[in-house]
Amino acid sequence: MATDYDFTIPARAPWSHVLKKGQTLRIVDLEGNQAVDCILYSAADPAERYSSCETVVAQKNIFLNVGTVLMSNEGNPMMTIVADNCGRHDTSGGACSCESNTLRYGHHTKHQHACVENFIYELGQHGLGKRDMVSNINWFMNVPVEADGALGIVDGISAPGKFLELRAEMDTLVVISNCPQINNPCNGFNPTPVRVTIS
Amino acid sequence: MQSQLSDPYKAREHARAQAGTKVRAMPTIPASAATDLPAGVSAGDVVWDETLAGGEYAARILKRGSRLRLTNLDGDGCINLLVFNADRPIERINVADTVKVQWNAYVGKGGLVLSDMGRVLLSIVEDTCGQHDTFCGCSNVRSNAKKYGTGDNFGPFPNARDRFLLALLKYGLGKKDIPANINFFKGVKVETDGALTFNPRSSKPGDYVELRAEMNVLVAIANTPHALDPRPQYTCTAVRLTAWRGEQTPADDPIRNASPENLRAFENVEDYFLM
Repeated sequence: MATDYDFTIPARAPWSHVLKKGQTLRIVDLEGNQAVDCILYSAADPAERYSSCETVVAQKNIFLNVGTVLMSNEGNPMMTIVADNCGRHDTSGGACSCESNTLRYGHHTKHQHACVENFIYELGQHGLGKRDMVSNINWFMNVPVEADGALGIVDGISAPGKFLELRAEMDTLVVISNCPQINNPCNGFNPTPVRVTIS
Repeated sequence: MQSQLSDPYKAREHARAQAGTKVRAMPTIPASAATDLPAGVSAGDVVWDETLAGGEYAARILKRGSRLRLTNLDGDGCINLLVFNADRPIERINVADTVKVQWNAYVGKGGLVLSDMGRVLLSIVEDTCGQHDTFCGCSNVRSNAKKYGTGDNFGPFPNARDRFLLALLKYGLGKKDIPANINFFKGVKVETDGALTFNPRSSKPGDYVELRAEMNVLVAIANTPHALDPRPQYTCTAVRLTAWRGEQTPADDPIRNASPENLRAFENVEDYFLM
């Protein structure tokens, strides 16, 4: 299929695009071990948006994989993971923020650039804002849960060239923060660019 | 059908005769009339006492330092909880931060409910149940329709999301103000392969969770069947909500000092209230 769109999201940057129903978005982890934070909105009514809860309830599993249908807060399919050679993606750990960084790493991290900064900035370009932030997807990020409940972001299992493909099941606004986190292993302490193509 | 209430005088008399009716699921007004209070709580300090039947909802603003006890009267309630900064509700519960910052998928006694602004909204000071859910969110009209035939607000099987919506609309909030929520009294275990296992017998009659408001909070509560509850019947029993005045958390509080993350979450609250 011909590629309609091809863009490399710089390290640490936000990005958004509206996919028409039936279009496919490919996200390529160019240099490996990069976390790609992502939220989806119905292009027709952005009050309908991605729901981590609906998604994990629908598949009774917290990890995202090929075949996972990404669900909206109203119980509608938004996108389907149709290809993936990474094997694990997260929807539990949420996005880093200046504020949560102060809790996790210390007050000195308050002014580091964070995913929520990217998200609200990019949402602002669409007339949306902080009220529109919900629990997100972290592509290529590894967040295991141990038997005693221990949960944490650990070394990624992605590698240079790993990719996934998402098919839009509705007209979908895709908002990405190419994670700028430098305090945990989600991107190997070194944010790198990712490539997005749409066909 | 012709009723006997053919004039406004009789209609007024009939309506007024209903006053004083007692049912199980209702608020206690005034709250100070509440009985069977937790040990050490004086009736004069009670600010809210209300029992919700299955399917019902409530919302309330609680001042910093207040305690809110959720009592699972018959053991089969499911408290879907949302929390906001009552003074500026653009700040609200963030479940992902709650589990991530505390390095644990579950919440329980000694745990915190964190906001999306790096502050603690609620501390969990007591918990006799020990099994709660942070992953599965709330039911919606479609999921309830699939399970019970209908999920509308006006019907017999209302869904949690629409219950939240009604609660929040009354406070000037709306659809955009329903992030992921916590569910108390219905345990969901995360297996190491990521699978979610629902435990229908997580709680027993009388189990309670006691929350301490660390900011002025707006709590929105729906008591509805859990999204993973496999039972074909809409099964959800009554819960009691009781809140009373309390002291703001002191510097030597054990939950405040339990971890460096907890301490910084409290420090951020204390810094905020310097305003």
